[in-house]
Amino acid sequence: MIRIENLTKRFNPGKPNETIALNNISLQINKGEFVVIVGANGSGKSTLLNAISGSLLVSSGELFIENEKVTNLPEHHRSQWIARVFQNPLSGTASELTILENFRLASIRTRPKTLRIGMNSSFTNQVKEKISSLGMGLEDKVHLPIGALSGGQRQALTILMSVMDELKILLLDEPSAALDPRSAEMVMKITQELIDTHALTAILITHNIKDAWQYGNRIIQMNEGKIIRDHNSTQKPNITSSDIFNWFL
Amino acid sequence: MDFYLTAILQSLCFAGIALGIFISMKIFKIPDITTDGSYTLGAVITGTLLSHKLPVLATYPIIMISGAVAGALTGLIHTKLKVNALLSGIIVMTGLYSINLTILGRSNLPLLDVETVYGFTNWSTNSILNSLFLLLIFTSLLISIVGYLLKTDFGLAMRATGNSETMIRALGVNTDRMKIIGLAISNSLVATSGFLMGQLQGFVDISMGIGIVIVGLGSVIIAETIINWLNITSVWFSLLIVVFGAVIFQLVLAFTLSVGIDATLLKLVTSVFVLLIVSLPRISFNKAV
Repeated sequence: MIRIENLTKRFNPGKPNETIALNNISLQINKGEFVVIVGANGSGKSTLLNAISGSLLVSSGELFIENEKVTNLPEHHRSQWIARVFQNPLSGTASELTILENFRLASIRTRPKTLRIGMNSSFTNQVKEKISSLGMGLEDKVHLPIGALSGGQRQALTILMSVMDELKILLLDEPSAALDPRSAEMVMKITQELIDTHALTAILITHNIKDAWQYGNRIIQMNEGKIIRDHNSTQKPNITSSDIFNWFL
Repeated sequence: MDFYLTAILQSLCFAGIALGIFISMKIFKIPDITTDGSYTLGAVITGTLLSHKLPVLATYPIIMISGAVAGALTGLIHTKLKVNALLSGIIVMTGLYSINLTILGRSNLPLLDVETVYGFTNWSTNSILNSLFLLLIFTSLLISIVGYLLKTDFGLAMRATGNSETMIRALGVNTDRMKIIGLAISNSLVATSGFLMGQLQGFVDISMGIGIVIVGLGSVIIAETIINWLNITSVWFSLLIVVFGAVIFQLVLAFTLSVGIDATLLKLVTSVFVLLIVSLPRISFNKAV
């Protein structure tokens, strides 16, 4: 699904403060894999995710999605495969737009935004039905600005929004880090359900060792822009959370 | 009475500026002062074309396009060359001054025996009422078109661009392109104001646009206060209130003139008035805290 070849990303090249955020990384992620990436701050996890999503263009190396070379494809073109959930709930939704309007935009992620009105009653009912599956009672509030909701509610909706349109790859950048423990657990559960029902390929960045242990079928540890550990689906179940904790020592 | 009616006519001419500033400032959160230049641009092209006997109906599309080009230019400078939005607007506005002067060929041009847009409504013997009818129709059309646009998927993407750029880029929208189109639409509306105003006052002047951006800002800020106060979420209604804001703004100015304030001080009155409406809510909030 995703193939990364010798990817390098330098910030401030040629200057005294030059940093190598990704150092010649190669990685193959297969369809249906749920990859968890752990690593200390500054290890290059987020840079890797941003390179895959296209919000950062890399310095050298190649990137392929479904065997199509996307190295120089801008972010808004990669949305045909990729949806993202950000650490900050504010980044994944537009506060001033209503829940319904946010869902409308998400439902045409892979398509052009044309001069037609897409929010008709059948669309509204479809969204209400989807939202009611969360069991949070938000289906009656679809005409409210999404900014009126709590961070946990917004994050849950962001995840739901990602599957409103055809989706292959879900990128999760610490989706539960800004939430209270209960909301965090709920968000991760919803994520797991959607990954299962839609057979998604997913990448999760997390600092939460319990999440890293509990979720995903492959785990990668990054350090100083390199992948230093990579355990596949047969090895991951044998890893305990204290193993992961010890990786950081 | 006619004095206030004229103020209302003027304010309806400014509806385009108010809607344009609403798009650039409230939707895209871009402080765009290309306005001063694109308003005059709309007026001078109107004046030049009409005095060359081009029909009004053929003139208007040219005005819209010229305003759009000015706005798109600001958008291009801002997004592609990464120049600060305010500075981009100043650059284009400054350049436009010379372009406007070149088009006009002199500093002002009377439009005395030309056919104007106000000739279309000939229903009353009172020419001021006829102009009012025309402007009401024109403004309703503008509100309808902009309102429809903001309701479409494209319009949603526009609103999201100013609200959460990371989100909308991840949803497949080229935000640079969106801002360029947004500023083009905004300045196209502003040029429309120049088109209407030039014909209403019967002359176009190279300096008629100086400081005009404050008319738009004032209208939008008045509207914003009302929108927040009445908790309005409907797009159509918001746009209507933006135009209403323009009317209030002109009526206040007309009132200050009628109580005998020297016309020389008009700009000072304008700026103090805008300062007042911007700061009033904060002053009263501070007491509550």
